Amino acid sequence: MTINQSGWRPEMGGGDEATQATFTGNRALMLEEPLLFEIGSADVTGVDFDESPQAPSRLGGMERKDPIGLPGLSEPEAVRHYTRLSRQNYAIDLGLFPLGSCTMKHNPRLNERMARLPGFADVHPLQPVDTVQGALEVIHQLAHWLVTLTGMDSVAMSPKAGAHGELCGILAIRAALEAKGEGHRKVILVPESAHGTNPATAAFAGFKVEDIPATAEGRVDLEALKARLGPDVAGVMITNPNTCGLFERDMRAISDAVHDAGGYVYCDGANFNAIVGRVRPGDLGVDAMHINLHKTFSTPHGGGGPGSGPVVFSAALTPFAPLPFVEKQGDRFALIEEETAGEHHAGSFGRMVAFHGQMGMFTRALSYILSHGADGLYQVSGDAVLNANYVLRQLEDVLDAPFGGSGPCMHEALFSDAGLAEGFTTLDVAKGLIDEGYHPMTMYFPLVVHGAMLIEPTETESKAALDQFIGALRSVAERAKAGDQALKGAPHFAPRRRLDETQAARKPVLRWKAPQPAAQAAE
Amino acid sequence: MRYLPLTQPDREAMLAAVGASSVDALFADVPEAARLDGPVPGLPNHASELAVERHLSALAAKNLAAGTAPFFLGCGAYRHHVPASVDHLIQRGEYLTAYTPYQPEIAQGTLQMLFEFQTQVAQLFGCDVANASMYDGSTACWEAITMARRVTRRGKAILSSGLHPHYVSVANTMAKFTGDVLETSAPTLTADTDAEALIAAIDGDTSCVVVQYPDILGRIPDLRPIAEAAHANKALLIAVVTEPVALGAIASPGELGADIVVGEGQSLGVGLQFGGPYVGLFACSDKLVRQMPGRLCGETVDAEGKRGFVLTLSTREQHIRREKATSNICTNSGLCALAFSIHMTLLGEKGLRQLAASNHARAVAAADRLAKVPGIELVNTSFFNEFTLKLSKEARPVVRTLAERGVLAGVSLGRLYPGEAELANGLVVAVTETVTAEDIETLATELEEVLA
Repeated sequence: MTINQSGWRPEMGGGDEATQATFTGNRALMLEEPLLFEIGSADVTGVDFDESPQAPSRLGGMERKDPIGLPGLSEPEAVRHYTRLSRQNYAIDLGLFPLGSCTMKHNPRLNERMARLPGFADVHPLQPVDTVQGALEVIHQLAHWLVTLTGMDSVAMSPKAGAHGELCGILAIRAALEAKGEGHRKVILVPESAHGTNPATAAFAGFKVEDIPATAEGRVDLEALKARLGPDVAGVMITNPNTCGLFERDMRAISDAVHDAGGYVYCDGANFNAIVGRVRPGDLGVDAMHINLHKTFSTPHGGGGPGSGPVVFSAALTPFAPLPFVEKQGDRFALIEEETAGEHHAGSFGRMVAFHGQMGMFTRALSYILSHGADGLYQVSGDAVLNANYVLRQLEDVLDAPFGGSGPCMHEALFSDAGLAEGFTTLDVAKGLIDEGYHPMTMYFPLVVHGAMLIEPTETESKAALDQFIGALRSVAERAKAGDQALKGAPHFAPRRRLDETQAARKPVLRWKAPQPAAQAAE
Repeated sequence: MRYLPLTQPDREAMLAAVGASSVDALFADVPEAARLDGPVPGLPNHASELAVERHLSALAAKNLAAGTAPFFLGCGAYRHHVPASVDHLIQRGEYLTAYTPYQPEIAQGTLQMLFEFQTQVAQLFGCDVANASMYDGSTACWEAITMARRVTRRGKAILSSGLHPHYVSVANTMAKFTGDVLETSAPTLTADTDAEALIAAIDGDTSCVVVQYPDILGRIPDLRPIAEAAHANKALLIAVVTEPVALGAIASPGELGADIVVGEGQSLGVGLQFGGPYVGLFACSDKLVRQMPGRLCGETVDAEGKRGFVLTLSTREQHIRREKATSNICTNSGLCALAFSIHMTLLGEKGLRQLAASNHARAVAAADRLAKVPGIELVNTSFFNEFTLKLSKEARPVVRTLAERGVLAGVSLGRLYPGEAELANGLVVAVTETVTAEDIETLATELEEVLA
């Protein structure tokens, strides 16, 4: 067994936890934390207020009469509650977070500091535009970088997240088709390796979705795609680099075929971080592509969001881009909204969000981009791809790599569950990794691979960090191949053992409810 | 390159292990014509931390920050004081840099927080259940309309004239593609809401009536008769709350009969941020929960019987149902939901009621003072912390002039409804706990001068 970087020798299994029960349920630094509803009180507040003027109510007779049912905590109690809870989370700040296609890279704290400058954090979206010229300039500068890095014609900054960006791209395609009098094109082709958001998005925008199969080597089947093209096809949604971790070699041929058939090419840019600074999607014939700022440009995931999904457009789709957007007019930055769009942007499909998009994410992304520059971003994609290939080649003797022979992988390495002992699954490997102190890789995705394990190390991992992770995964894989039963019970050392997800879905408990008094309960 | 830890010897050793001659060789699958052999032309190279700070600080300094001027803007984004501990806690790396809690054993912090958030939102809105948050209020509003279509199998939504015009725009954009029929109109500068017109418009094709509470002019509509009329026609009432602090003072929409309540949670914990990221709130009754979009956190037990939390009911979602999913959303505003929840926890019931009372009292004082200015007429009879003034002049240039004098006076209705001549003199003024008596006096004095 290896010694890890801290010099501590991990011992698996072992421990006689039942005899070591504590009075509190805590285990030293691992602290249990009740729900705030169990410790808070409606009479407690952690905020002091200035004295208010006295004035009669003008609430129009709609005064609230009943209690709301919101417990409060004093400030020290609240700080402890949320600090204790935080310690039950794994996070990129704690270690390598190898989620394929999700891209968990280091979040520089400079970005946080910049986003909190009062000039950005404390401005209202409807302030007169002359009082927010700096904010508009941030949007304009980031837009310039995104357009230049992608080799596209324009960018819509307002989509709130990646899937919202997909919707933006698909709506622009639909608007463009309708403008050409081709609203009858109702089919969007989606390769089967696509994110589930792709078909959901196309359906949400009123399209019919048809799958395109993958080849044995994990790429879009070009011939199958060509065979399906026709006068009813609006376009294709393709992910490149794809979710098998591979670059779509035929991308140019796919784009040409789709364009020849009168359709448009949507590229899911979730994996843009693998090629940023080296490959411009515009050179590959893409018409629209969203960019997940959190994945490629390191804005934090925050336990699920906020995201931000700017969409770059080809010249063909630019006239249909949504409002609002920022335009430089001489020395001044203008905000083009419904009113100011005028005849120049008459084709715009409209507004997707209340205000201007995720400004707080734009500032962070721009901070990251300026820190790297063009030279640094070239290095980013190079290191991301080198790290992924290193993981692939160092583990393919112990884990099945279904597309290991399909050329270098891009930003992520894909393995399958083939070769594990009878009854052992990808889930067991994942939960075993938790005991090794890692967040598991992406599991069971992409769907084209049985028991998929998708590993994305990213460019912000050192060789030493990769070597330790490779060692840990190798150890868990060997145990899964040997049928080590202890693995079926993993995780053993996490704040919780395996959670019963079936019960949660069958008998949903989605909120806390006050315990009923005994007399009422008996009725 | 301070964020990239590989050294050149590391890279060489790794290339040898991979069996590649160079990093560029790893990009062999990219067609030659699309491969750059060096950094993208036309962009600058990397900058030091200090240089980036200088650059962005200079841009930030070009903006007039709300805290440096008497400030009265609202209309869907509100300036409230956020306790220091909120921002401190959300910057803990274990929250900030965590992923979606798909591995619940090591994501109990985020999951328990979401369970608490869902409960807080449900309580505040007077609903059975809330989800783990949406992008923002405007997109949550559209999702509610599509949910009503799924529930009722009808395609006509009636939108109140008091609904935020940007929310209406978002819905109109989407409806063009989905085939939903939306009926709406712009508000008029009167104290009356459009309740009677809404009720008259409900028919057998109506999926839902959408009413903002308080509305875009700050008026507080009584939802009860609208709910009754909607329910009598088997349609749903969707209430939209853009200022959740109001619910510390006025009855909850759920209590008044709303079936779905959506909202913008920015007021609590999140800050103005020039419009985003914000946090969409979404709540409904128990019987509608399987048609609800977005993520849900649920309680369960682990292998040792200990209470724990997981994401659940995911069979509604895009990663399972693909093109049959309830929506294409695959995220939530986790960090903003956390900020909302912490702020709500610090306030508690007592603090929220005090905050709401303080907002209302200041707004009443401001409305009374401003109504005394010659050339100003107060439109509202009811309001919470925001009300509409009818000026004797067009409001947009007045707002611009006051901004030049260092006062951010409010939102002119001309900006929100550019085509509506009748609204051009309307000015919506929001007054929160951050507004002082001196600020109100400054605004009144400035308006006196400009309107004279």
